[in-house]
Amino acid sequence: MPAAVASPLTTAGSRNPLPRASRDAAWVRWTLTAVALVFLAFFLALPLAAVFAEGLRRGVAAYFASFRDTDALAAIRLTLLTAAIAVPANAVFGVAAAWAIAKFPFRGKSLLITLIDLPFAVSPVIAGLVYVLIFGANGWFGSWLIDHDVRIIFAVPGIIIATTFVTFPFVARELIPLMQAQGNDEEYAAATLGASGWQTFWRVTLPNIKWGLLYGIILCNARAMGEFGAVSVVSGHIRGETDTLPLHVEILYNEYNFVGSFAVASLLTLLALVTLVLKTIVEWRHAASRSAST
Amino acid sequence: MTLPDELRNEEPSKLSVQGVSKRFRSRGHLVQALDNVSLEVGEGEFVCLVGPSGCGKTTLLNIIGGLEHADSGQVLADGQPITSPGRDRMMMFQESALFPWLDVRGNLLFGLKLKPGLRRKERLEIADFYLRLVGLERFRKAHVHELSGGMKQRVALARCLAPNPRVLLMDEPFAALDALTREQLYGDLQHIWQERKKTIIFVTHNVREAACLGDRVILFSPNPGRIREEFKVGLPRPRDINTVELARYSTSITAALKGHAVGEPREVAE
Repeated sequence: MPAAVASPLTTAGSRNPLPRASRDAAWVRWTLTAVALVFLAFFLALPLAAVFAEGLRRGVAAYFASFRDTDALAAIRLTLLTAAIAVPANAVFGVAAAWAIAKFPFRGKSLLITLIDLPFAVSPVIAGLVYVLIFGANGWFGSWLIDHDVRIIFAVPGIIIATTFVTFPFVARELIPLMQAQGNDEEYAAATLGASGWQTFWRVTLPNIKWGLLYGIILCNARAMGEFGAVSVVSGHIRGETDTLPLHVEILYNEYNFVGSFAVASLLTLLALVTLVLKTIVEWRHAASRSAST
Repeated sequence: MTLPDELRNEEPSKLSVQGVSKRFRSRGHLVQALDNVSLEVGEGEFVCLVGPSGCGKTTLLNIIGGLEHADSGQVLADGQPITSPGRDRMMMFQESALFPWLDVRGNLLFGLKLKPGLRRKERLEIADFYLRLVGLERFRKAHVHELSGGMKQRVALARCLAPNPRVLLMDEPFAALDALTREQLYGDLQHIWQERKKTIIFVTHNVREAACLGDRVILFSPNPGRIREEFKVGLPRPRDINTVELARYSTSITAALKGHAVGEPREVAE
């Protein structure tokens, strides 16, 4: 078919090297590259290495002993529990919000988009303080909560609420531009082919956004497990009870337990590295599927 | 239902658009997309809607497809008022709207799986039948991104035909294609339409395309969206878009479109 040759030409053009006249001199290129590499080494690679070096300073046995501590185990459990609740909640909210914003016209849409960005704009510490103000002992609902024996602040529910707030924009922010670009044609096509609204969502909308959704979930999870500021305010730092991994790192460090502190920190660092690898894979698949759909 | 029954063509529908009006709010302005539009389309007729952008022709197509509701008036398909999308009316879009996570045959099976009473083997045979009809049986396992624009629209057409609808609603399906591919598809569409008789409503802004494909060409004018004039195209089929006779038709329609109605061979319907 004659049209088959038309598309690849447009993308191939960008990969060609610039014409000779517009290329920079060799020393400019080398200097810029060197500056970038030194910067990377100093600010990224060195701290990364330092975390593992400090953690392993007293040997492998001491490193692993840090994780057998009951408080450390409790911190790991709490961090996983928090992420297990906050991430799915934000995934569901993110899909619902992006769907509403991208596919339907309604009043107050720009207000909703702005509100979704609020957790990015506000300092996490303030986010934590807001929840203390609402649910704390002297807060708006404080006396009612005490009367009914419900503990939110300085307890696990507060940590989950604060984490959910801080990680709230990741999925929605990723999906809104994606779903806006996709438009409604595929949903319309599914509808005329006989799909109900629910079938259209599961069989068309969701497969269409799966890589973007996964990307948002990965970033959301990384932040949920690593969040310090907001959680620090609402947690109360009760060891073995309301200590998440980042808080536990701080506690151990303040007690001059450097090996323990850096060992636990290395766990979070590993999480970051795994996140980066997953993110790269998903980005790659995402780009492939997006170019496929156009 | 047995397979030969399933593949036997459904009788094409008779469509009756009765006094349909539709208004939109667009950037604070109220736009009268359709103003008391009435139109009769006979069984198996091929009708082209032509007009400048914003004249409501796509809106009318969406209303017939059941994707949008009219503010007033109604559309009847074989005497039944249309209220929602239905398997009897399939829609085709400018962008193929194929599902890129499915392969070519998977796209055809999507609609067939939603059609009750078909067994897996039958669905596969139906899909293959329609892929053969559009000349893409060798590409049944291909991914959507491996196809050219013209092939994508062929798959989209096959996907529309597979559930055996009575009506095809086509919204500028060839507008994004290059001229050569488009001409090939004009031939293919006429051929398929003669083989699988469907009532077709075809929206386009390309007058020559309309004259080439349509039994009738309905001219729309915008703000408010109304039917201005209609033309019967009496040329024998299959038609070639490059013939002089066709050019003459398209010239007189274009003249009417521009507001100064001149030009010779013009058989105004009724």
